[in-house]
Amino acid sequence: MTSFVVPCIIAFILLYGLIKKVDVFDTFIEGAKEGLQTTAQILPALVAILTAIAMFRASGALDAFTAALSPVSDALYFPKECLPLALMRPVSGSGALALYRDIIAQNGPDSFAGRVASVLQGSTETTFYTIAVYYSVTKVKNTRHTLPSSLTADFVGYLMSALTVRLFFGT
Amino acid sequence: MMKWILTGMVVLSVLTAIFSGNMDEVSTQAISAGTSAVEMSLSLLGAMCLWSGLMRVADKAGLTQKLSRLLSPVTCRLFRGLHRDSPAMKAITMNITANMLGLGNAATPLGMEAMRQLEKEQGTSQYASNHMVTFLVLNTASIQLLPTTVATLRAAAGSAAPMDILPCVLISSFVSVSSGLLSAALLRHCFPSNNDRKDASKRVRKKIPAKKEAA
Repeated sequence: MTSFVVPCIIAFILLYGLIKKVDVFDTFIEGAKEGLQTTAQILPALVAILTAIAMFRASGALDAFTAALSPVSDALYFPKECLPLALMRPVSGSGALALYRDIIAQNGPDSFAGRVASVLQGSTETTFYTIAVYYSVTKVKNTRHTLPSSLTADFVGYLMSALTVRLFFGT
Repeated sequence: MMKWILTGMVVLSVLTAIFSGNMDEVSTQAISAGTSAVEMSLSLLGAMCLWSGLMRVADKAGLTQKLSRLLSPVTCRLFRGLHRDSPAMKAITMNITANMLGLGNAATPLGMEAMRQLEKEQGTSQYASNHMVTFLVLNTASIQLLPTTVATLRAAAGSAAPMDILPCVLISSFVSVSSGLLSAALLRHCFPSNNDRKDASKRVRKKIPAKKEAA
């Protein structure tokens, strides 16, 4: 069922553009160039973070870290492999992306931990960065309940990723 | 923030490796990890280009505007007191639509414009308005309809059906955004805003002449 989604969306957008007399091909190329730039822009950050993560895992520190936090994740029915990702997600977009790839490479993309990591990565955002950027254009100094509310959303998102994967796929 | 995380991880790795004797492995990984960063970028590159291209077509064909018109009943309810056709509301709906389509590059400038307009609405203040907080919650939670980046990386890692997580992502996003909005609505009274302060000072000022009259 879900395999219908992507092909249909691609066909729909192209057809809709054609009907609205958009030069579909040229516009596509123009937009695709932007995708090229975005990817090139995050590469330097990925090199830094993937190197740190690879060293962290190879030294055994990552195992010690997740083992230390496993009582928390067990209590929340959250896979302990995804804990580092949950901590990184609100802080750094490229950092989370690197950790996410590491998790699906280590556990397999169709494992329980791999799926939870995928849902978590797809249903949350880089909270701190977004707050900093958006308020920077205003004179606001006191952001009031912005951070507590946003972090509530993140936390609920983490719990929901484990819960929904359990419901749809089992463990 | 990231400078501390990066340095902390590397220093901790070296210290742990000294005690665990994994220094060989750490050294190998430190040298080769850069290659895997490039591999990851390459595996993302095709999908990034595909979706950026498609979304540009959707944008130019007027799909973004159409979607934002569909959304206006929801946004009017979330941002009570903002006029439907006000520049703030327009920027907000366009930003939300761009986020739903995964147009990150379009969403950020629209979001900044929305913040500027919201500041105009409430008048310059040190304190964030309730609308600003609501808007930020919508942007810090993910409302993207198609998790294309995740699906691409899953496909690259050999997943049998990379998009099979779609229902989970949509449900999680929805519940997460709703709880963020709910907590924003509940917490707004715990964090006094500029308007509350103004009201309070007005009330005090009004009370004093009233007492004099009574005397």
